[in-house]
Formats: sequence, C-alpha cells, structure tokens
Amino acid sequence: MEHYISLLLKAIFIENMALAFFLGMCTFLAISKKIEAATGLGIAVVVVLTLTVPVNNLIYNNILREGALSWAGLPDVDLSFLGLITYIGVIAAIVQIMEMILDKYIPALYSALGVFLPLITVNCAIMGAALFMVERDYTFGESVVYGFGAGVGWALAIVALAGIREKLKYSDVPDGLRGLGITFITVGLMSLGFMSFSGISL
Amino acid sequence: MSEVTAKQVLFEPIFSNNPIGLQILGICSALAVTTSMNVTIVMCLSVIAVTAFSNLAVSLVRTQIPGSIRIIVQMTIIASLVIVVDQILKAYAYEISKQLSVFVGLIITNCIVMGRAEGFAMKNGPWLSFLDGIGNGMGYSVMLLFVAFFRELLGAGSLFGVTLLTPVNEGGWYITNGLLLLPPSAFFIIGLAIWGLRAWMPEQVEEEDYKMSRHTHKEAF
Repeated sequence: MEHYISLLLKAIFIENMALAFFLGMCTFLAISKKIEAATGLGIAVVVVLTLTVPVNNLIYNNILREGALSWAGLPDVDLSFLGLITYIGVIAAIVQIMEMILDKYIPALYSALGVFLPLITVNCAIMGAALFMVERDYTFGESVVYGFGAGVGWALAIVALAGIREKLKYSDVPDGLRGLGITFITVGLMSLGFMSFSGISL
Repeated sequence: MSEVTAKQVLFEPIFSNNPIGLQILGICSALAVTTSMNVTIVMCLSVIAVTAFSNLAVSLVRTQIPGSIRIIVQMTIIASLVIVVDQILKAYAYEISKQLSVFVGLIITNCIVMGRAEGFAMKNGPWLSFLDGIGNGMGYSVMLLFVAFFRELLGAGSLFGVTLLTPVNEGGWYITNGLLLLPPSAFFIIGLAIWGLRAWMPEQVEEEDYKMSRHTHKEAF
C-alpha cells in the first residue's frame, strides 16, 4: 500500500508530466486561457490516462513483450517494435469509445468535454505516460496508480497556469513578450516551484 | 491562395513563421532533450526526416483518403515512420537512443508532424509538401539548437561534449550554472528567444486582450 501511495505522490508532484517532462505542452499552452476550459480538459486527461495506461500495460505484457506469446507456442517472438503504433491506436480507440459512451449516457459531461476529447489523442502526455510505463516496467496495479497520478499532476498544472494567466491579462507586458512569451516565462517559474518537490525522497 | 514558390515554402518556417515561436506547435516532446548538443542534433534530424517523409506520403495519398478517416490514416503513416527512425537509432546510435528514451516515440504526437500533414500536405502536391516538411523541421531544429547551445554551454561548460569553459571542480575557473540543466531553464530561454524574435519582426506581436491606457504621472501632495 505504502508503495502505491509513494508512486502516486511521485507521479503527481515530483515527476509532474507538464512541468518536469514538458509533456502535453501544446494543449497546455493553448487551452490555458480560461479556468473553466482548463478544468474540463484536466478532468478529461485524468480519465483518459487512468484508462489507457493500464490497457496498454496489459497489451504490452501479454502480447508485445519478448516471450509473451509463449502461451501460443511462439516463445521467441518479440513484437515490441510494434509498440508505438499499438499504443497510439489503443489511445485513439479508447478516446473514440469514451466519446460515444459519454454521448449516450452522460450528455451533460459530454457537452462539457466536447471539443477537448478529440484533442486528447494527440496530447503527448497520454502517449508519454504509456511509454514511461513500458520503460519503467510497471506491473498492472502500478500502472493504474501511475496513470491516475500522472493525469492529476497534469490537470493540477494546467488549472494553476490558467489561474495565473487570467490575472496576467490585466498586466502591462512588454510588446514582444506579450502572449506566448510571457506564458513561457510563467511556466518556467511554475516549473521552478515544482522542482522543490524533487528534494522529497519517498 | 497566391502561388507559392518552393523557396518560400522551404525557408519561411525557419524565422518568419517558426513552428515553435509563432504556431505554438511541437513544444511537447522536445524541450527535455536540449541539455546537450549531441542528443539535440539526433532529435532534430529524426524530426526533420519524419516531418518530410510523412508530408510526402500524406500528400501522395491525399486524393484517395476519405475525409472522415484522414486523421487515423495520417497517424498510421506517422507512427510507421517513427518506428523506422526508432529502430535505426537503436541499431546505429544506441547510447543516444537511450538518452532520448521515450522522446523518439513521442515524435508521433509531436504537433508539428500532425499539424503540417493536416494543414499543408492535404492541400498541396508531393514535392512542395516534402519541402514544407523539411522547412518546418528546420524551423523546429533552429529553436532547439539555440536552446541546447545555451543550456550546454552555460550549464556544463561544454559544447558537443567538448569542454570549452573549464568548470571549477575540474580545476578551472567557470562556475557551472546548474539551473540551466534543469527543466525550468528551457522555458525561460524559449520565452526570451520569442521576445527576441518578435522584437526583430514586430508583425508577430500578439494583440492585447485589454488595451492599457498610458500611465499618468501626477505629483502626490
């Protein structure tokens, strides 16, 4: 249990997807102008990550990994080179299925997330989490916790940035720095803040 | 749209329409690889290759793809190209591919590749699309190399792994700036680079959401 809690905290704060690994930056910068939009996107990312990382984990461990196909009488087959295309396919499929389910059963949430769901397929944070899961060799339980934690960390970062940018609208920024430039500096300062978590050893 | 020349397509993305500085594309996977020049160059070459060939391939099949499934077709083309790059790196540059870790795979979700395939290659012929891919890949590389140059030089006192400024702990005089090896510095450098680029080309400056009235200085009494 303790192991899972420390993995969760590590995924949220110390190895924050957005601020320590720069993942999901495009959407992070583009959709962080308003807090409501950022919250919607954040929730969508948490849900998609919590689903896709464990599913990809099962696929990797039972089909792609070297020797994983020994139950089918093929002990020497190593399909791990197919990893990248499989993960992106799984992510796209899950996002599509989720969109249909939400549309049918929870229309309120569907209309709230609406535009953000398709965007998530090309969000590097989702793909990145799947690749980190493979690289670090997580078990199924760990991958559930990691997916959830990574999502929460990313959501936390985008909501915080949206809050700062809403206030920043009223400030007098030098011409060339306005918009994208000052956002980068802001994210840099936030990232500096999050670096202080790296001193915590769990 | 007016007729565009090959030269424009190739060179415009480098400064005047830089994918990172202006289009906000492809910042995702790249910043973490800019701590040293060697790794950065390998990453840049991979991105240029993938963007160019995916643009070429998408442009070749653009009239055959039904509109509703075009995203998944583009995704498959890009993913296959990235797998090829990944396997080549693993075979010939194993050390560097270890350092790049997951970031080669993340070229798939790099918005530049997808953005150019959707935005340019779907509407233009193969040759122009190929050049556009190279141009955008170069625009991206220029920004990355710029960031990596400062991060490696000031952070570790070296370029391409060759020591230029001898650090204090090796008996030299240069006190290395550890911050530049940490993630936040990449954001600062890009922010400042954008500022520089826009000071040079003022037409890229963004509109203000709220117009500030000028400060009025009144004597307090």
